[in-house]
Amino acid sequence: MASPSLIPAGDFRTSYAVDTTIFPTTTGRNFAILGVVLICFAPQLLSEYWLSQMIVIGIYGIAALGLNILVGFTGQISIGHAAFFLLGAFTSAYISNKTPIPVFFAIPLAGIVTAIVGLIFGLPAARLKGLYLVIATLAAQYILIDFFSRAEWFSGGSVPAMAKPFSIFDYELRGDRKYFYVVLAYVVVSYLLVTNLMRSRDGRALVAVRDHYLSAEIMGINLTKYRTLSFGLAAFFAGIAGALYAHYQLVVSNEGFGIERSILFLAMVIIGGTGSIMGTLMGTAFVMLVPEAMEWISMELKGGVIDKALALNNNLTFLREIAIGLIIIAFLVFEPDGLAHRWRQIKTYWKLYPFSH
Amino acid sequence: MNTQFLLQLLVNGLVVGTLYGVVAMSFVLIYKATQVVNFAQGELLLIGAWVCWTLLTKYQVPFWLGMPMTLVFMFAFGILVQVVILRPLIGEPIISVIMVTIALSAVFQAALKWIYGVNPQPFPRVFTSQSVTIGSLQIQTVYVMSLVVSVLMMLGMAWFFKVSKWGLAMRATAFNQQVAQSLGISVKTVFAMAWAISAMVSAVAGVVVAVVNGVSSGLSIYGIKVFPAVILGGLDSIGGAVVGGIIIGLLENFAQFVDSEYLHWGNLYEVAPFYVLIIILMIKPYGLFGTKDIERV
Repeated sequence: MASPSLIPAGDFRTSYAVDTTIFPTTTGRNFAILGVVLICFAPQLLSEYWLSQMIVIGIYGIAALGLNILVGFTGQISIGHAAFFLLGAFTSAYISNKTPIPVFFAIPLAGIVTAIVGLIFGLPAARLKGLYLVIATLAAQYILIDFFSRAEWFSGGSVPAMAKPFSIFDYELRGDRKYFYVVLAYVVVSYLLVTNLMRSRDGRALVAVRDHYLSAEIMGINLTKYRTLSFGLAAFFAGIAGALYAHYQLVVSNEGFGIERSILFLAMVIIGGTGSIMGTLMGTAFVMLVPEAMEWISMELKGGVIDKALALNNNLTFLREIAIGLIIIAFLVFEPDGLAHRWRQIKTYWKLYPFSH
Repeated sequence: MNTQFLLQLLVNGLVVGTLYGVVAMSFVLIYKATQVVNFAQGELLLIGAWVCWTLLTKYQVPFWLGMPMTLVFMFAFGILVQVVILRPLIGEPIISVIMVTIALSAVFQAALKWIYGVNPQPFPRVFTSQSVTIGSLQIQTVYVMSLVVSVLMMLGMAWFFKVSKWGLAMRATAFNQQVAQSLGISVKTVFAMAWAISAMVSAVAGVVVAVVNGVSSGLSIYGIKVFPAVILGGLDSIGGAVVGGIIIGLLENFAQFVDSEYLHWGNLYEVAPFYVLIIILMIKPYGLFGTKDIERV
């Protein structure tokens, strides 16, 4: 766990505020800003396919970020995240279709509605240990998905619900190239929000609850409040991401949001690194690119002996699920701190180069 | 009110409920002995059923030989999973352990779909299917067989824990690992044995379900239905698991009755246990027979 934090010589931190800044060095901040600016050119540079991949990574990244608040910072697990994601999608579609509220406001509203529903499911388990929350969220997953397939007034039942394209002041942002900026804005804002949350009193309280909840309680942290809060936050980000997904796809259906999708979200968090904010994005990208890699491998092997023996092409979905599961297990056993830890090690190596020992 | 239909459903509920009870029992066995919440319990059921199916149809092994072979396989498989995957995680936070079992269930599920395809397969006829008429009820013999097997397994489990040396060692380990170790019990072996026995019991349940309904990946839903049952009974009570399983089975079928007679919502059968689960978590989180945790610092 101990990551060697390398502070450049002569950089003394003289106040608590300086110690908790998001970017400890000016160079770091400049690079981050440069990165965001460079990504702004992505729609002009990337092909249609990779652009849509990036949008999806961004959307799932927001949902995974919510889950990381719960898993990484508060030490609770949820296996109902996909259901909350879908709830956000349906809510936003419902609000923008049935009421005059424009999509621009429907997205945050969907997040709030999802957070409230999340709180209802989180309440019974909030006073208990993580295990019970897992089981409560398992129930939430099944109950919500069942509700979506049943409630025709809300989700259209078996018919997929339609969602309007994103628009601000009658200016429609249709198509990947424009929608990319909407997702980018949401990603930047939510990652900044969570980073800021984690350096506030509430964020530290969440971490204290994770590390030793009895001590946390003795220090005056209200356990129920913070567990519920983190659950609500997780649901909130899932809802926002779901809403963004709805207005990206323009159609929302139950399909593909079973428990496997919830496990996929957990995979993103674990692979990225539990309790690492930037790691979440890395983990999301990793998980989303696994199918690409698998496809590439199966293309390479096409026609060969292995392909004929295993019928790779016909079973790509299963192979992907197996790969995701094995990767989760491998990360948990060999690299519990995830990609974020690896990234820090690589950075440290280059900082100390050529005296890396 | 349609009494005939209700009775029929309740008998169904009892049969399914005892099966839930058996699976819940094997779930609690792992939880009690090794503190691992096993999300892959349903997949153990599925693996057992598929292995038996393969032996019986692909290799034409007779049932009386195929079943013990399945059990031997599951015994080894349980030990393998424990030793290779869960042993390195001893001492890790509970989250990691839960995540590993969730990932395991995903891997097994996908691997089995890959090997056997997604279509359900009929199980070879082990018993000539007839129906027995009790009163006004028609009950299929497979159901009676399933009930008998389940009850036998429960009795076997009771004997195992009350009388046998291994069972006592397991209970001692569940009570306190250090004390058990100082009494000469190998905690490592007990952990492996808990997985092996749990896998075997699950496999028997899996084969029973397969004989009744055929083998398909839908079997693993038993692993999910286990959660309402064990939460109702109390996570660490084997007797509670059995009672919880039977109650959930009855309740499911009762929900179906209410649904088809009065409400007409459709599909209430599937989700009713989960509503119950949420309610139990709210009012009585340690279940009917579970021990309340008292934390000492």
